[in-house]
Amino acid sequence: MSKVDLLKKTVEEVLSVYPEKAQKNRSKHIAIKEDGCATCAVKSNAKSVPGVMTARGCAFAGSKGVVYGPIKDMIHLSHGPVGCGYYSWSTRRNLAEGTIGVDNFVPFQFTSDFQENDIVYGGDKKLERILREIVELFPNAKGISIQSECPVGLIGDDIESVARRLSKELNLPVVPVRCEGFRGISQSLGHHIANDSIRDHLLGKGNQSEPGPYDIGLIGDYNIGGDAWATKKLLEEIGLNVKNIWTGDATLEMIQGGNKVRLNLIHCYRSMNYIAGHMEEAYGVPWMEVNFFGPTKIKESIIKIAERFDQTIQDKAQKVIEKYDALMAKVIETYRPRLEGKKVMLYVGGLRPRHIVGAYEDLGMEVIGTGYEFAHKDDYERTMSYISEGTLIYDDVTGYEFEEFVKHLKPDLIGAGIKEKYVFEKMGLPFRQMHSWDYSGPYHGYEGFPIFARDMDMAINSPVWNLIKKPRKNKDVIL
Amino acid sequence: MRQVAIYGKGGIGKSTTTQNTVAALAEMGKKVTIVGCDPKADSTRLILHSKAQATVMDLARERGTVEDLELEDVLLEGFAGIRCAESGGPEPGVGCAGRGVITAINFLEENGAYTPETDYVFYDVLGDVVCGGFAMPIRENKAQEIYIVTSGEMMAMYAANNIAKGILKYATTGSVRLGGLICNSRKVDKEYELIEELAKRLNTQMIHFLPRDNQVQRAELRKMTVIEYSPEHPQADEYRALGRKIDQNTKMCIPTPLEMDELEELLMAYGIMEE
Repeated sequence: MSKVDLLKKTVEEVLSVYPEKAQKNRSKHIAIKEDGCATCAVKSNAKSVPGVMTARGCAFAGSKGVVYGPIKDMIHLSHGPVGCGYYSWSTRRNLAEGTIGVDNFVPFQFTSDFQENDIVYGGDKKLERILREIVELFPNAKGISIQSECPVGLIGDDIESVARRLSKELNLPVVPVRCEGFRGISQSLGHHIANDSIRDHLLGKGNQSEPGPYDIGLIGDYNIGGDAWATKKLLEEIGLNVKNIWTGDATLEMIQGGNKVRLNLIHCYRSMNYIAGHMEEAYGVPWMEVNFFGPTKIKESIIKIAERFDQTIQDKAQKVIEKYDALMAKVIETYRPRLEGKKVMLYVGGLRPRHIVGAYEDLGMEVIGTGYEFAHKDDYERTMSYISEGTLIYDDVTGYEFEEFVKHLKPDLIGAGIKEKYVFEKMGLPFRQMHSWDYSGPYHGYEGFPIFARDMDMAINSPVWNLIKKPRKNKDVIL
Repeated sequence: MRQVAIYGKGGIGKSTTTQNTVAALAEMGKKVTIVGCDPKADSTRLILHSKAQATVMDLARERGTVEDLELEDVLLEGFAGIRCAESGGPEPGVGCAGRGVITAINFLEENGAYTPETDYVFYDVLGDVVCGGFAMPIRENKAQEIYIVTSGEMMAMYAANNIAKGILKYATTGSVRLGGLICNSRKVDKEYELIEELAKRLNTQMIHFLPRDNQVQRAELRKMTVIEYSPEHPQADEYRALGRKIDQNTKMCIPTPLEMDELEELLMAYGIMEE
């Protein structure tokens, strides 16, 4: 039986425990990359099957957690009962520079802490009070975003009119964001809603000075563990001026002036393609997708970016590539022998299930399975060129499926999130968090690759795995 | 203790009928509590002789939370020892009045508003059951019997049928039953026959036909029930009759709501006079 056929049988076996309807539904979300890819169509962006364990978030997570949260000099108000704000507090490691409480509010958590009375009588008056209070307590805040939680949408509070009035009164942008968690089927709609609210309330406003010849925007880099800083350094080295970062370590000014650049580079296409497309249509700013994971992809990206500019940039890009090729070769020389042939399974969010494949391949590793929590069709189409034949693709994989696939495919490393981490580590499998880089990073750029290589080596070759004794005679425990 | 909920189209006379009937029951020696489930808070005006009573939600807003309230703050005694509470809630177009009803009823229950000697609790509910909050009185084993106030007017009957649908939903999952239709006459042609037929089709009874009488309005102007204002008046006897019938009612049913065309057919047959 061919490898692909064997995999198909495995998938069928794993799904066979489901009731018929669930089985039919889930089978459409799972595919195996085959030659020509006729059957690689993966169903995506659909409602999760009730009763399964999904790792997905909600629209609030997409807006507040991903898009808005990292804008550091704005205050992001979790508008509603306390839980949504509290449990999304500091959950993504989007680092930001600045003085906390002065020009950096990222580590803070603002909530309107809805009580029963706010539900019954509406929360608009309380919202007004809070907005005034914010400005009183933090006069340096450059703007405020109102991140709606579910009840605000249910009771029909008119946060738009409050925002309009208070924006005038307080003389600063107040952005109402209708990202109630019940909207949509994953965090993905929250990204879209957030993008739209940026378009309607922030973009093209404020200081609209004309861009210099090398001014660019870096879109969809959230500065996890310092990623955006590493990317920025690299882009500056080839002579470009990173004027805006969306939204890692971002300022309100960067968001407002997003349209005043020569080119937008998109890292996380899923969460920011909407606004990138809008900037192209409305302001004529072109955009291109780039990948800063691992020397091969970084090099490709640098060449592609430089082609959009003049000879000066192209020459500098060439020099940068030459300089770092040598350095990266050393990194590979160190780690490749320790990692060669190791198999990886990934399950992440917006871009990493495909973008990071090249970085593993640079280290001689092989990605044998990958999938997204909340991708759309265009993400899976973009994934196919990254992965090799026989790669298992799983969309919105359930807790059960992921465990079973791992048991069958026996990878040497799993890269996913906090929800998966301890399940697999307890199964005795090396694991790295690929949302947050655990406590590490950056992984982007030439600065990030050595750290990435070290971390993967540390996970896989840690002596700890040899110390684990099989607790019981159980054939299901992988050790 | 019997818990009774009164539903019906807005403006049909639920609050007036409820208060007059409750007054009649109290006159008979029954211990009755009225819980107004309408942000307008006008379900107890005729018993308390004033509208300006503190509602559960308004007071909770004033003090901070519902936990800051004492039962005596919101449970007031009026005519013939009838105890009255109003859920209260926001002005139209703001917030969530339904949640207010839920909160208020929970508060009353948790704080022992329904004492063992209580014979009846009457819930007077906002006309349009627009959301789950207004169905609260018939959920979770609260009111077990429902009376729908209607007239022979088309929209009142539509509303009655819709309410029957709501009851059906909760009747199949709980113990709530329809006790009957109360016809609050608007002097529509063949009104008696029409509502009697509607009741039959709904698998229930027309428990009483209340004739229209301006004495009700006269009493209302003085913030009183007819029972209290003019106990000798024949209209007071009508409410006494209704109270007695409810007290003796054993015909509790799961309603069989009509399809739209069936209802229209009924209206064609009874509701329109031959030329």
